Amino acid sequence: MAWKALDRTKAPYDKDAAPVLSDAVREKIRSFFPRYETKRAALLPALHVVQDTLGHVSLKAMAEIAEVLEIPPSSVLDTLTFYTHFWDHEKGGKVIVGCRSLSCQLMGAEKVLDAIKSELGIDEHETTKDGKYSLITEECLAACDHGPCLLINEKLHKCVKPEDVAKILKDEKNAVIDPPRSDLFDAPKDAPPAAGAGGVGKTSDIQEMRES
Amino acid sequence: MAKFEPVLTKNFGIDGIRTIDVYRKQGGYKTAEKVLKEMSPEKVIEDVKSSGLRGRGGAGFPAGMKWSFLPPDRKITYLCVNADESEPGTFCNRVLMEEDPHQLLEGILIAGFATKTTTAYIYMRVEFHEQFHILQKALDEAYAAGYFGKNVFGTDYSIDCYIHRGAGAYVCGEETGLIESLEGKRGWPRIKPPFPAIEGAFMKPTVVNNVETLCCVKHIFERGVSWFTSIGTDTSKGPKLYTVSGPVNRPGCFEAALGLTARDLIFGDDYGRGMRDGKKVKGCIPGGLSVGVLTEAELDCHLCFDDVRNYGLLGLGTAGAIVIPDDADIRHVLKNIARFYSHESCGQCTQCREGTNWMYKIASRIAAGAGRISDLDLLADITTNMGMMPGLSICGLPDGAAFPIRTIVQKFRAEFEEHIRNQKPGAVEAVIRKTNPAAYALPILGQRAPVGV
Repeated sequence: MAWKALDRTKAPYDKDAAPVLSDAVREKIRSFFPRYETKRAALLPALHVVQDTLGHVSLKAMAEIAEVLEIPPSSVLDTLTFYTHFWDHEKGGKVIVGCRSLSCQLMGAEKVLDAIKSELGIDEHETTKDGKYSLITEECLAACDHGPCLLINEKLHKCVKPEDVAKILKDEKNAVIDPPRSDLFDAPKDAPPAAGAGGVGKTSDIQEMRES
Repeated sequence: MAKFEPVLTKNFGIDGIRTIDVYRKQGGYKTAEKVLKEMSPEKVIEDVKSSGLRGRGGAGFPAGMKWSFLPPDRKITYLCVNADESEPGTFCNRVLMEEDPHQLLEGILIAGFATKTTTAYIYMRVEFHEQFHILQKALDEAYAAGYFGKNVFGTDYSIDCYIHRGAGAYVCGEETGLIESLEGKRGWPRIKPPFPAIEGAFMKPTVVNNVETLCCVKHIFERGVSWFTSIGTDTSKGPKLYTVSGPVNRPGCFEAALGLTARDLIFGDDYGRGMRDGKKVKGCIPGGLSVGVLTEAELDCHLCFDDVRNYGLLGLGTAGAIVIPDDADIRHVLKNIARFYSHESCGQCTQCREGTNWMYKIASRIAAGAGRISDLDLLADITTNMGMMPGLSICGLPDGAAFPIRTIVQKFRAEFEEHIRNQKPGAVEAVIRKTNPAAYALPILGQRAPVGV
């Protein structure tokens, strides 16, 4: 896959637009500070909270996180792009993570992924037109005894067969987990709604560079 | 030999064991209370040393020894609990955390007391969503009961404990990579020395231990050092959680004394119960992906810290066996392994970043039916020229990539050669034309016959 260069002649985001992080989110990020010696150490929890709230971490959100943590925005981008589980572009409301490691592959993970692709009509790293689902693959989800497995947002689906895929995808509650969430990383109540309302296209340039 | 009595998995399946009340009814937190009230930190370290407990995270470094490297005049110590279980085929930490979270917390208390830890961080991978909520709830309960925080059990020892969630990076399971990630940076392993015991998280003395190691610590003090040393082989002491996955009848997590054979793990009635659908074993990766592969004939290998080395493996690893059935195409197994490491290499050391990618490309073309016999030698050559063992890399990831690929190419060479010989004539050229048309656009290269089989 060819690399797409970022357009450096334009501003990467609108600096004058209204802030994307609400006060509640900022307060939540600050609540992590007493745990660590440095403020930068709260970066991973902060990114989790922001991604949980907004659905992704945009460049503007990164700049605002940097402001709260008192670090350069480039440090936030630097950390974010290293990890596979943060995304800087919009994704569907539910992100399907397929495991592609050896145990799951031996149990037929590829057929399951193919079933998802044909069911949703999307390929890997794409989002459905209605913005409901995105599909990505990750390495081992540490549930090898239940291979092949899928993670839909937070819910782990175990021993998935290709013929079960349609049923799982139709189920409205396929992303609800059994133990109630603790409010620690939960999105604050008065935060803006998560992404997933409008359809979004393919992944951003940065994501493509990473995957190519 | 007396029948093995499970301890780590003893509480599994008890109704409500995730709550502190039920855990206390099973004798929970009594051991920690006894240790904190009656023993000195030095004595605890001494006992763990004499128990011969070796780290369960993969490298098998003696846990007590690790703790004794801490400088004596330190004021702040951090304990990082490595719950970033990303090794394919390994899931015993997940099972420990979801089935018996308080056992881990009690282990953290004892280890924290021994190392005079001020703050403990549980570095948990982000894919563990349910486990995070379970453990966080258990931690909240333990705080409310006064087992964490200031003056634990009325002693003058205080400890804080937080869960820090990762974000999907295999290399963060390496201890210095974990520390970097904890500090909010990319998970690039650090150059050692200084070792974490001297300068770790936030440049303070730090101990990094695996979840299972800390669970074992609890049982050493519950049942005594002599009980612990009576289990296992001469150099590998104690119980171990073995996991088995792949097409076996009962994939799962099983507790046994160290030294179980791979054959028992796959075929034993107490363990895997044989292969599914009449399949046969082609090979077995006995300890997480990184250790290398055993053939069917080598299944009598004892899975303990030393015997595995007689079979050309890296080590015990995490004792998470992946069984490869006879109907699996060995070329696709190789490709999957190579892809994992090329995706997870952090990119700091050139020969790992490039070498794992080369191996993935070579494995891909073999899997696509366009391999050459010389590719097998090339793969073996790459694996010997990267990694910590020739002294070239910062962390052990390239060694972890080298061993499975080297052993799979060595031990299944005949099968690879047969596949390559049976390729369609002209397959190599066709793939090169497709993937790199420029090579044939150039007049000189176009006339030259591609390097053949």
